Amino acid sequence: MLTVQDFNSPDKIAWCPGCGNFGITNALKKTLSRLDRPPKDILLVSGIGQAAKLPHYIKCNCFNGLHGRALPPAVAAKIVNPNLTVIVTTGDGDCYGEGGNHFIHNIRRNADITVVVCDNQIYGLTKGQASPTTDLGHKTKVQEEGVIIKPFRPLAVAIVLGAGFVARGYSADSEHLSWLISEGINHRGFSLIDVLQPCPSFNKVNTYEWYSKRIYKVNDDKAYNPLDKSMALQKADEWGERIPIGIIFRAEGETFEEKSGLLAKSPLVEDGIEDIDITRVFGDFS
Amino acid sequence: MQQEFTIKISGEAGQGMQTIGQALCAIYRACGLNIFANQDYMSRIRGGNNFFQLRVADTPVYASRHNADILVALDKASVDIHKAYLNTNGRIVLDKKKFGITGEQKVFFDVPMYAIAMEKAASEIFVNSVACGVLAAMTGVEFVLVAEAIKAIFRDKSEEIIKKNIEVAQAGYDFVAKSPRFEPSAIKKKDKPAAELLLNGNEAIALGAIRAGCKFYSAYPMTPSTSIMDTLAHYARGFNIIVEQAEDEIAAINMVIGASFAGVRAMTATSGGGFSLMVEGLSLAAMTETPVVIVDAQRPAPATGFPTRTEQGDLGFLIHAGHGEFARLVYAPGTIEEAFYLTVKAFNMAEKYQIPVLIMTDQYLADSYRNIGVFDTGKARVIRYIIPKQDSGKIQNYKRYAFTESGVSPRAIPSWINEPIYADSDEHTEEGHITEDAAVRIEMVKKRLHRKLSGLGKETEKPTAFNAGKADVMLVGFGSTFGLLREVTAMIKKTGFLHLSQLWPFPEKETLRLLKTAKRIITVENNASGQLAGLIRRQTGIKPDASILKFDGRPFDIDTLREEIKEEL
Repeated sequence: MLTVQDFNSPDKIAWCPGCGNFGITNALKKTLSRLDRPPKDILLVSGIGQAAKLPHYIKCNCFNGLHGRALPPAVAAKIVNPNLTVIVTTGDGDCYGEGGNHFIHNIRRNADITVVVCDNQIYGLTKGQASPTTDLGHKTKVQEEGVIIKPFRPLAVAIVLGAGFVARGYSADSEHLSWLISEGINHRGFSLIDVLQPCPSFNKVNTYEWYSKRIYKVNDDKAYNPLDKSMALQKADEWGERIPIGIIFRAEGETFEEKSGLLAKSPLVEDGIEDIDITRVFGDFS
Repeated sequence: MQQEFTIKISGEAGQGMQTIGQALCAIYRACGLNIFANQDYMSRIRGGNNFFQLRVADTPVYASRHNADILVALDKASVDIHKAYLNTNGRIVLDKKKFGITGEQKVFFDVPMYAIAMEKAASEIFVNSVACGVLAAMTGVEFVLVAEAIKAIFRDKSEEIIKKNIEVAQAGYDFVAKSPRFEPSAIKKKDKPAAELLLNGNEAIALGAIRAGCKFYSAYPMTPSTSIMDTLAHYARGFNIIVEQAEDEIAAINMVIGASFAGVRAMTATSGGGFSLMVEGLSLAAMTETPVVIVDAQRPAPATGFPTRTEQGDLGFLIHAGHGEFARLVYAPGTIEEAFYLTVKAFNMAEKYQIPVLIMTDQYLADSYRNIGVFDTGKARVIRYIIPKQDSGKIQNYKRYAFTESGVSPRAIPSWINEPIYADSDEHTEEGHITEDAAVRIEMVKKRLHRKLSGLGKETEKPTAFNAGKADVMLVGFGSTFGLLREVTAMIKKTGFLHLSQLWPFPEKETLRLLKTAKRIITVENNASGQLAGLIRRQTGIKPDASILKFDGRPFDIDTLREEIKEEL
């Protein structure tokens, strides 16, 4: 039986006091301690941004790659070494901006990974520019007159692209978030958990107070059916006075691993490669 | 005295030049002859002008000729475009009625190819098989070999299709036999060697990757690299390889890095434009010390350039690509054999030094076919440089980036060892955690650059030299020009050549030794600025006397280069 302490990392945390990432890290640790998998069998993959530092603060395998490029290495690692539980910790800029193309196509690919997007609706690491999810009218040092391009709606996009697990969490509700991440990991295939998260240093609009007034737990409503796609799309688009959190959409679908026949074989990483008999195809070239 | 002839089959894209070209390769090889075939095609699916050029000889051949002995024109445009490239006594096989040509010329050999196709098979699509029969008869090949080749080429098609193709080929063959316009002239045939391969550079790279144990391949299709992916995809199931077409080249390189980090050998291939997108990933591979193999099948640039043509313009780009300073290897195979063996070596070296290894080819090598001896798998050994699974359980206090004298840290595979592994694109400590410590930074730079380069310096892929020390004039080239240099220097007295198949780290000592007594050094390069000449000067202090440069998107040919060298003498 593992505990949260088993996932403590010696690395010193470099986030601002009050950062929403603390809540997300704690929720993730809680989830991992309940998974009953040792740190060696978990791989956290990240890109660049404040959220991308997260893997260093949890004792697990970590691949911290390039800005926007968390998903490709995560998917490939899962494909070749399926014993790894692969979780991506990324941000709104990393995943929806710089890495938008990988977001689209890895939902289509549907490898069994879980993507936790620390969505603070702002660029923290570069000190306060708008991100793809910053609301219209939000003023920044760059968007002096306020943001004029429409915000990206990750949940709706994911549902339309066919993601099988689409959820939204809130960094200040660690227990609820931990449940969402667990459900995401248990889902076979691509799981998206967009996590609303205040940035006390650079986002003075979407504060703890701002979120607390608006969010509500969609799954508390017994009438809400996350298996109903049209209902889910409506919820995914709800933003403003009321913001739903919880499991927005669920669907079962074949994973990349199933469709590619990988599951029927031993893991690629276990394949002996010392003396592959290439001579058996020479006949095709004679 | 070497006996040889060159056949050029030309027509619009979609007329099946490649199919008939492959059939002819099989036919002449069945005669025990050697072949070198290259393709020239336009960036379009239908129309335009494409050709397949086949050089046939009784001794091994390595490059293409300037002129053809027989041109088969499948459309009128081909007559106009290629008639200037005909040897004395050369012939143009054409269908005058179909092309609306009324005049008579000495070189014309009029064959009603289209009428034959219509009469025998009721479709003009069979015209390429008619041409195949015509060529076989003109070069004195027995028809039974033509029938066998057609059966082999169309083995996936219905029996009826095969029968029709053989019938039209027979009709073309018989037409030549009856025609008073042409006397078949054949070159001496030999017995076909027992074991041989016929393949192109891209196929050799794909087979090398399979042999090397590549388990994950991801790429975005880009000419002229795409047939590497096609070949690997064809064999993926049989060899348990995942071939994943990426959404873009950025995804491709990052997937390859992720797969490699997780424990398997992985590769991608592209051309210059796609490689440009991969450059940040190249730097990531270096920083995270993740082995990767990247193929750049060059084509003329900048930007989209000539998508289907050839150039060696990325040399400077490849040895410098990536932000920051780190060790890398750049190979440039000169032959189809070298493409295979160097690909296996690339995987071994990438894993041994935990670096990116680049394989630089070009459209000419990628798409050219030659008959070669079977690959010796004994010379293509896989040597692994990871902590094996059975030893992983006992590892304690593992540091992914532990400082060592060689700069290479023992590499553990995630989930095999009992501790987590941290890899980072930020500057990091030995444990892999982010740091801004100046002293650690200095050690890490030395590790990734100086220490690894020092090891790589002892494992240089030796250049190939001919007549070095004896020749007055040394030609110097890299990559796909090997065969050209070899044949041209054999033709001109007092010339020799130096061919580099490793460009980085630059083989300084070997180059100095092999060039020091040459009276005159001429680089031969498929680019406009003499990039190799500049590199030699920078790395050795030797200033080549001249450069013969070709940057029209077409490969060199033996005859033109020979004339150009004579001018230089």
